[in-house]
Amino acid sequence: MKGWMGKFRAVFLLGLTALVLSACGKENLTALDPKGYGADKSLDLIILSTVVMLFVLAVVVVIYTIVLIRYRKKKGQEDFIPKQVEGNKTLETVWTIIPIILLLIIAVPTVTATFNLADESDSNEHLNIQVTGNQYWWHFNYEGQEIQTSQDMYIPVGEKVYLNMKSSDVIHSFWVPTISGKMDVNPENENTMYIEAHEEGVYWGKCAEFCGPSHSLMDFKVIAVSQDEFDQWVADMQNVNPDAEPESTVAQEGKALFQENNCMGCHAIGSSPVQVGPNLSDFGSRSKLAGIEEMNKENLVQWIMDPESIKPGNKMTGNYPEVSKEEAGKIAEYLLQLKPSEITPESAKD
Amino acid sequence: MSIAAAQKRSFGAVLWDYLTTVDHKKIAHLYLFGGGFFFLLGGLEAMIIRIQLIKPENDFVSAGFYNEVLTMHGTTMIFLAAMPLLLGLMNAAVPLQIGARDVAFPFLNSLGFWLFLFGGLMLNCSWFLGGAPDAGWTAYTPLSTTSPGHGVDYYVIGLQIAGAGTLIGGINFLVTIINMRAPGMTFMRMPLFSWTTFITSTLILFAFPALTIGLFLLMFDRMFGSAFFDVGLGGNTIIWQHLFWIFGHPEVYILVLPAFGIFSDVFSTFSKKRLFGYTAMVFATILIAFLGFMVWAHHMFTVGLGPVANSIFAIATMAIAVPTGIKIFNWLATMWGGSISINTTMLWALGFIPTFTIGGMTGVMVASVVADYQYHDTYFVVAHFHYVLVGGTVFGIMAGLHYWWPKMFGRVLNEAMGKLTFWTFFIGFHLTFFIQHFLGLMGMPRRYWVFLEDQGLDLGNLISTIGAFFMAFGVIVFLYNAIYTAVKGEQAPNDPWDGRTLEWAIASPPPHYNFKQTPLTRGLDPLWIEKREGKGEITPAEPLGDIHMPNSSFLPFMMSLGLFIAGFGFIYQVNHNWAYVLLFGGMAITLVSMMIRSLKDDHGYHIPKEELEGEAD
Repeated sequence: MKGWMGKFRAVFLLGLTALVLSACGKENLTALDPKGYGADKSLDLIILSTVVMLFVLAVVVVIYTIVLIRYRKKKGQEDFIPKQVEGNKTLETVWTIIPIILLLIIAVPTVTATFNLADESDSNEHLNIQVTGNQYWWHFNYEGQEIQTSQDMYIPVGEKVYLNMKSSDVIHSFWVPTISGKMDVNPENENTMYIEAHEEGVYWGKCAEFCGPSHSLMDFKVIAVSQDEFDQWVADMQNVNPDAEPESTVAQEGKALFQENNCMGCHAIGSSPVQVGPNLSDFGSRSKLAGIEEMNKENLVQWIMDPESIKPGNKMTGNYPEVSKEEAGKIAEYLLQLKPSEITPESAKD
Repeated sequence: MSIAAAQKRSFGAVLWDYLTTVDHKKIAHLYLFGGGFFFLLGGLEAMIIRIQLIKPENDFVSAGFYNEVLTMHGTTMIFLAAMPLLLGLMNAAVPLQIGARDVAFPFLNSLGFWLFLFGGLMLNCSWFLGGAPDAGWTAYTPLSTTSPGHGVDYYVIGLQIAGAGTLIGGINFLVTIINMRAPGMTFMRMPLFSWTTFITSTLILFAFPALTIGLFLLMFDRMFGSAFFDVGLGGNTIIWQHLFWIFGHPEVYILVLPAFGIFSDVFSTFSKKRLFGYTAMVFATILIAFLGFMVWAHHMFTVGLGPVANSIFAIATMAIAVPTGIKIFNWLATMWGGSISINTTMLWALGFIPTFTIGGMTGVMVASVVADYQYHDTYFVVAHFHYVLVGGTVFGIMAGLHYWWPKMFGRVLNEAMGKLTFWTFFIGFHLTFFIQHFLGLMGMPRRYWVFLEDQGLDLGNLISTIGAFFMAFGVIVFLYNAIYTAVKGEQAPNDPWDGRTLEWAIASPPPHYNFKQTPLTRGLDPLWIEKREGKGEITPAEPLGDIHMPNSSFLPFMMSLGLFIAGFGFIYQVNHNWAYVLLFGGMAITLVSMMIRSLKDDHGYHIPKEELEGEAD
C-alpha cells in the first residue's frame, strides 16, 4: 500500500507548502501570529494540543503501516486462516490508560486558561467599552468618556481593555484573531471579555456568528495606538462639535443636505447616544468604508446611492430619501472631511 | 427482489409494490434511493458553495442565495442524506444479522420512510415557493425567528415530519433487536453493526425529542405569535441553542456509530479474524453514546456560559476520545496478524482510519476551551466536522454499500470503478478539507459568502475548491457504477466475501421471508463457526413450518401525504385563509388513515409449508 501512504503524505505536504507560502496568513488578521494576551493563550493551547495529538496520530499511523505491510494476504497462502484472537487485557488497558494521561496533559492547562481569561475582577480599574453588534456594523461607546464611535475601535497598546458586549438584533460574535479569541454578542445579556494588544497596529475584526446576508462583510478594526496618542484621540473625540461648519463650500452644501434629509435621525456626529446607524464622528479617518471597501469619494457616493450593492440586507436601504448623484457627492464631501483627530489608523503604524 | 427481476414486471406493478411495501429489504432500497437523491442534491449545493469561494469577492451567487444554499447543504446532508442512507443499511442488514424475518413493526417501518421522504420533499419545495431557509442548519434564534419569508417555516415543518419518521425508525429497531433475535443470538453474540444500530436507536429515542420540542417552540414563535425566543418580550435566544445541541451532539454519534459498526464488520471479514476486543468495542460504543449526551455545550463555548460550565463540558468532551481511541486500536489489532484482502469495501474502511483519527484529533483540540475561542465558527471547525462526518459517516456508508450491495441487489459492484471512486474521493476529500484547518486559523469564519481580497485566504480556498471537484467526480463514477452494475453486473453468490455473520448464509438477494427456518446461533460470527467447525451451513432452530407475513399497505404513504399537505396549511395560514383548507384537509387524510389502520383487522398472511418445501435454499 505504498501508493496510498505516498498520496496521503503528498496531501500533508501540499498543506504545509501552502501554509509556508502564505506565511501563516495575513499579518494582523491571522490567529497564528498573535499580538495580544488572549491570542497568546489560545496559541499556547493550540500548539500543546496539536503536539500531543500528533503523537497519537503518529502511533496510529505507525501501527497502521506495519499492519498493511505485514498482514496483507500473501500469494500462495490464500487458504491461510489467521488465529482468531479474542482480545488482550494488557494491551487494552494500555490503550485506555495512556490516552487518559495524554488528555490530562491538555485538560489541566485548558481549565487554568479558561478561568484565567474569565477573571474579570479588575474591570473597574481599566477602560471599559460598550460594544454593540448590529446587522452589519459595530458600535463602540467608551464608558464614562462621552465618546461614541463605530467600526474603528481605538485602544491604548499594552493596556487591558474591557469590552461589555450586547447585540441590538441577532447574535453576532466579536473576533479579532490576532489579539484575542471570540466572544458571542447576544441580544439578551451582556458578555464581558478583555483584550490587550502587545503591539501598535490596525487589527482586523470579523463577525464570527452567522447573522444574515452580509455576515461576511461585517468587518471592523481594532486600532492599538500608544497611550499618548490614545489620550490625544480621547481629548479630540470629546471635543467633536456636531455643528462645526466645514471649510469648503461643497462640504457646506453637503452638510445642509445631510440635515435636510434628516440623516442625523440615524447617524450621530459627536457623543449623541443615537445609534440606529453608525456614528460618523470620525468618519473621514476610518480605515475602510463600511468595514470593507476602500475609503474614497467614489465608493462613498455609491454607498449613499445604493448601499444594497455593497452590503446586501443592510438596514439603510430604502429607509432614507432618494438623493441625486450630485447631492450624494456633496454629502460625501462633507462626511470625508469629518476628521476630528490627528490620530488615525496611520498613527498605529509606528 | 433484484432490479433486473423487477424489470420483468410492469412499471406500474413495481411502483405499487414499492409504495405499499412493508418488507424491510424493499424499504432499505427506498431509503437508499431517497437518501441517495438527497445526497446528490446536498452535493450540488456543496459545489455551489465551493465555486462561490474559488476566488475572493466572487459573485457567482448572491448573498441571500448563498445563505440558502449553505443552510440546505447542512440540513440536507445531515437529515436527508446521511441518516436515511444509514437507516437504509440498517434495514438491509440488521434483521438478517440477527436472524429475523422482518423488523418488529413492518408497518411503522414503512411509515418512517414515507415521513422522511415527505419531510425532505417539503423542505426542498421551499426552493420553488419563495426561497429556502437561510438561517443555517443550526437555525439559531433570533436570526431564524426573524428571517423574512417562509423559508425557515419550511425548515421547521419539514424537519418535524422527517424527524417523526426517524424517531419511529429508531423505536422500531430497538424493539426489533430486543425481541426478534434468533435462538442463540444473545446480545453478546450480535455483530457490531447490529450493536451500533441498537445503541444508535437509543440515541435517537432520547435525542430527537429535544429537537421536536425546539422545533415546536420555533414554530409557535414564527406562526402563532408566541415569544419563547423574542428578547423584547422576555424570551431568551440561548434556550434554542441548548435544545438544538442537546439533540445536535448526540446526532453526531447517531451518524457515526452505525459507521463504526460497519467498519467493525468489514475489518473482521476482510482480515479473516474475529473482531479484537469485542466486549471492549461494545462497551466503548455504549460509553460514547452515554457521554454524547453530556457534551452539548462544547458547541457553545463562546456563548458566555462562564468558566465552570465551559471547563466541565471541555473535560467531558475530551473523555469521549478515550473510548474512541479504544475503538481505533481495536480495529488495528483486528487487522494485526490477519490475512487482509483489499477490495473497494476494505479501501473505504482503511481510508477511514487515518481520516477519522485526524477528525478525532481536531475534536480534542476544539474541546480545549481557550483554543476553541479561536477555532469556533471558523473553517477549522468546518474542516473538523467534515473529517468526522465524511471520514466517518460517508466512508462508512460507502464501505457498507460495497459490502452489502450483493446482498441487497444480488449483484457485485464493479471493482475497478469502485477503486476509482475511492481514490478520487479520498484525495479530493483531503485536498478540500485539510487546508481548511489553516484557513480557519488564518481568520476565515464559516458561513462567509465572500472572503476579501488580500487577506491571505486565496490559495487555500482555491485548493479546497479543486478538491471538491475530485470528490464530485468520484461520486459520479459511483453513480455510473451503480447503473452499470444493475445492467451488466455479475450475479452475486450467497457469500461473496467469505462472511462471518448470518446475512451471508442466505440467498443474495434473500427471499422475502429471509430465513426459511429460523437459524440457530452457536456463538459470535455464527456462519464462520459453522464453516470452520460445523457442516458449513447454519443449523435451523425450528422445523419447517408456515411463515406468518405482514400484508402490504398503502396507509403509511397516505398518512405521510396528509401531514405533507397539512404542513403547507400550517405554513401559509399565517397570512392566507385558504391555507386552512390544506391544514384541515391534510390532517383529515392522516387521521382517517390512522382510523382505518386502527379499526380494520389485518392479520397478515401465511406462506404454507408446502410452498416453502418447493423452493431451493
